[in-house]
Amino acid sequence: MGKPSDLVQGTLDLLILKTLSTEARHGWAIAKRIQQLSGEVLQVQQGSLYPALHRLEQQGWIKAKWMESETGRQAKFYSLTTAGRSQLEKETASWERLSGAINLIVQEG
Amino acid sequence: MRWLDRIRVRVEMLLRRGHAAQQLDEELRFHLERQVAEYVAAGMSPEEARHAALRAFGNPAALRDRARETWSWSGVESVLRDARIAARTLMRAPGFALTAIGIMALGIGANIALFTVVRSVLLKPLPYQDPERLVSIYEGDVGGNHPEWSPYLPVDAGSMKDWQQAARGIADMTFASPWQQYNLSAEGGRLPEKIDAAWCSWNFFALLGVEPVLGRSFAPDDDRPGAQAAVLLSYPFWRRRYGGDPAIVGKSIWLDAKPYTVIGVLPESFVYLSKMVGTPIQVWTPLNHEAPASLLNTYEDHEFIVSARLIHGATLTGLVERLKVVQKQIVAAHPKPAVHNSVAGMSMLDDAVYGYKTPLYALLAATGCVLLIACMNVSSLLVARSAARARELAIRTALGAGRLRLMRERILESLLLSAAGGALGLLLAWGGVRWLVQTRQDMHRVEGIHIDGVVIGFAMGAIALCTLLAGLISASGSGDRQILASLQESSRGQSAGRARAGLRRALLVMEVGLTVVLLTGAGLLLKSYQRLRNSDLGVPVDNVLTMHISLPETRYKKPEQWVAFFETLIARVRALPGVQAAGLVSKAPGEGWGGDSLMTVVERPPMRKGEATDMMVRGAEPGYFDAIGIPLLRGRLFTTDERLERAHVAVISRTAERTFFPNGDAIGKHLKNDFTGGVVEVVGVVGDTRWYVSEAPQPTLFWPIYGNNYSVATIVIRAQRDVESFAMPVEKLIGQMDPDLPVSDVMTLREAIGRSTTDSRFDSILVLAFAVIALVLAAAGLYGVLAYLIAQRRTEIGIRIALGARREQVTRLMLGDGLRPALYGLALGLGASALVTRLIESMLYQTRALDPAVLGAVSLILLVVAAAACLLPAWRASRLDPMEALRAE
Repeated sequence: MGKPSDLVQGTLDLLILKTLSTEARHGWAIAKRIQQLSGEVLQVQQGSLYPALHRLEQQGWIKAKWMESETGRQAKFYSLTTAGRSQLEKETASWERLSGAINLIVQEG
Repeated sequence: MRWLDRIRVRVEMLLRRGHAAQQLDEELRFHLERQVAEYVAAGMSPEEARHAALRAFGNPAALRDRARETWSWSGVESVLRDARIAARTLMRAPGFALTAIGIMALGIGANIALFTVVRSVLLKPLPYQDPERLVSIYEGDVGGNHPEWSPYLPVDAGSMKDWQQAARGIADMTFASPWQQYNLSAEGGRLPEKIDAAWCSWNFFALLGVEPVLGRSFAPDDDRPGAQAAVLLSYPFWRRRYGGDPAIVGKSIWLDAKPYTVIGVLPESFVYLSKMVGTPIQVWTPLNHEAPASLLNTYEDHEFIVSARLIHGATLTGLVERLKVVQKQIVAAHPKPAVHNSVAGMSMLDDAVYGYKTPLYALLAATGCVLLIACMNVSSLLVARSAARARELAIRTALGAGRLRLMRERILESLLLSAAGGALGLLLAWGGVRWLVQTRQDMHRVEGIHIDGVVIGFAMGAIALCTLLAGLISASGSGDRQILASLQESSRGQSAGRARAGLRRALLVMEVGLTVVLLTGAGLLLKSYQRLRNSDLGVPVDNVLTMHISLPETRYKKPEQWVAFFETLIARVRALPGVQAAGLVSKAPGEGWGGDSLMTVVERPPMRKGEATDMMVRGAEPGYFDAIGIPLLRGRLFTTDERLERAHVAVISRTAERTFFPNGDAIGKHLKNDFTGGVVEVVGVVGDTRWYVSEAPQPTLFWPIYGNNYSVATIVIRAQRDVESFAMPVEKLIGQMDPDLPVSDVMTLREAIGRSTTDSRFDSILVLAFAVIALVLAAAGLYGVLAYLIAQRRTEIGIRIALGARREQVTRLMLGDGLRPALYGLALGLGASALVTRLIESMLYQTRALDPAVLGAVSLILLVVAAAACLLPAWRASRLDPMEALRAE
């Protein structure tokens, strides 16, 4: 089993940032949201999710806050910072360029 | 603002690592609980749900680690972990660790100590205002009577006044004559004493920027012949003699039986030092009030030191060039042999530490060599260790340990060694500096030596340097190219570890080379010291005591009174039981300059005007020659009756005879003093003496001390034994004759010589100590490398012996292997010595920088030590049991 973080690292960052763009969420909710929005195709492993979250926090793109969750228990909620928002725009743009390019090739073939 | 946030996050992470870890656990637990809840909602039993969730979750420990790795401080954590590993590895080999730490401590400690001294003595600015613009100006006598004289000679009053005019616009000047002395009278129960003093111009302290702590400094009005006598006291003198009396200003003290008003006390920090002034000056008096008019208007009597403050933008060279022009005009206007023809200058700081600069830098260089050798030795030990751990390292590399990671371990290891060595070294240095300050009270500015923040910083720097040097050298030997080789090598042990042994051999060559340089330096200094110790004063030096008195002219007004006093005194001294012989002289051999005059032979006037020969002039009493042991060679000595107006007779030394009367017809001829015009008849020739132990005998003239204007005398006493014990009875005798008369410079001739050779002994012993340390380290290095090589070649040796090689052949082979680096190192070291020893030429006495005897002895010692170091491992190799060696595979 390869390290999933190696395979989708850039993409996972983008997905997390995108998920957080609407509201602050905790780790579990982020994983669920990605799974749900991708139509159950993308399963985010906890082993990749938390290191990625911590890395993004270190980068200053997201910030964390302990708040009460929907079950009434304390949970760590992540939200986008201003820097994170512009990072999301950059990553979205670069993803669109990349996937567009890949699409062109795949459809041509 | 993002970087601020990032820093904040990082700092938080660092400070609250434990808290953050707890939060991470909490976060992960929350996730797990939600997973369980989801499974339960999907219909699983709680137990099943929990197992399933854990399965889906994966290994929580690995996950936690992965998350923690993203924290910025994981680097620090892993370094700490490595440091712990390195410490544990070192503790497993305590012998190695202690040796390495000890070596480092010696190297670093010696360097810290010497750096402390160099910084305090040579580099710290003088305690004056803007000291960097202060310079000392001296005269030089290029091509004069004494080519061996220093290029820095004192200045005459005539030149110095002309200079002051000429320097206007680029420098302000002031003058001092710092080798004066006064008899301070007994007062209020305090004994009379002789004190060192200086005359100075009124602007001396203003120019240096020194304000008295009490009272005022000199004013122009104090500095004229008719003024009221004024005196400034030095701080230590004020504290010692007057108990720090705050009301001292305005009181009178008696100098040479004349009253002087104390006008102020100089600050504690004030010191005045120059190449010519070593003893602390205790009182200062105004120059124009004190100096006789004849001295103040001549170009021929050199009694002053000139200090100048350069204005902004002016340079020392510029000033000296301008003064040289002036001095040329002076020489043209006054073509006398005693007029100096050149000008030389240096910064006041250089002047204050003149004579200490070269030795201290030489010692610092020697300790630098020791440190380098220590680093090489430690890195050589590290290389040996890493060779012994080659297999472990290779396996770790094969399993994926990064090269940097392994190098980091190595450097951490050397950092631990260096840091421990440095800490120990700091202690050593502390002790060393204390010892040095106590041993070298004579050294200028020695009181300011102490370990401070900058020195600690230097220690840190030394530690960092050692760490990098030792660590990198040893780490560079373990490239990952060799993994496979080492893995194979360690299973089949033929020609193993050649590359590493090569590195160690190269280190060893350098080590031996540096050792040779140190040994050569030590050898040259020792030889100089030996020469100095054995240099012949011209008289037997054991059991001779000398003590100095000086009669104040206010109380003893007429020469008849001086003669009467001296005659009574010496008769009473001779009558003391146990005194073998006693005499009077103006200055005893080996105790200093004591006055000189330019002389010509009356019967043979000089070919050119202005030609005259410089002679040392001594007043002596007829019994002196016998008392001190100067032999009479020809003619006769003068008699006690040849005194006062009949005192125009002289005996000259053998060198003087050779200079003035090469035909040996001195007796009956007359010598004329070029300055005063006085004429004396030569009645005898005596043996040579030296005025200073390291100076060649000068032509010397002795004439009666009874007359010829001598109010000072040195009493010379010879006894069978315990000559020191006569000091007290003689002082008592003098006290009975005049209770106000101080006795000074009480010492034996041995002590006088010892004082003049202190620094030579000190330098040679220290450098020798460093050289011995270096030699021991180099020998240990040789032993280590050869022992290692032999261990690596066991199989080969076993095969050789099994095939019939004789024991002595094996010994010779191994010995050659071990000695080769020593030979290369010796050649390297001798070459380097040839270049380096020239720098310490000024510290040598009657010894050439490339003394063949010293170089020969050094080579011999090195080869013997090297052979001894190699012999044991080589011999062991020859005793190898071939069966055992081959079976070990």
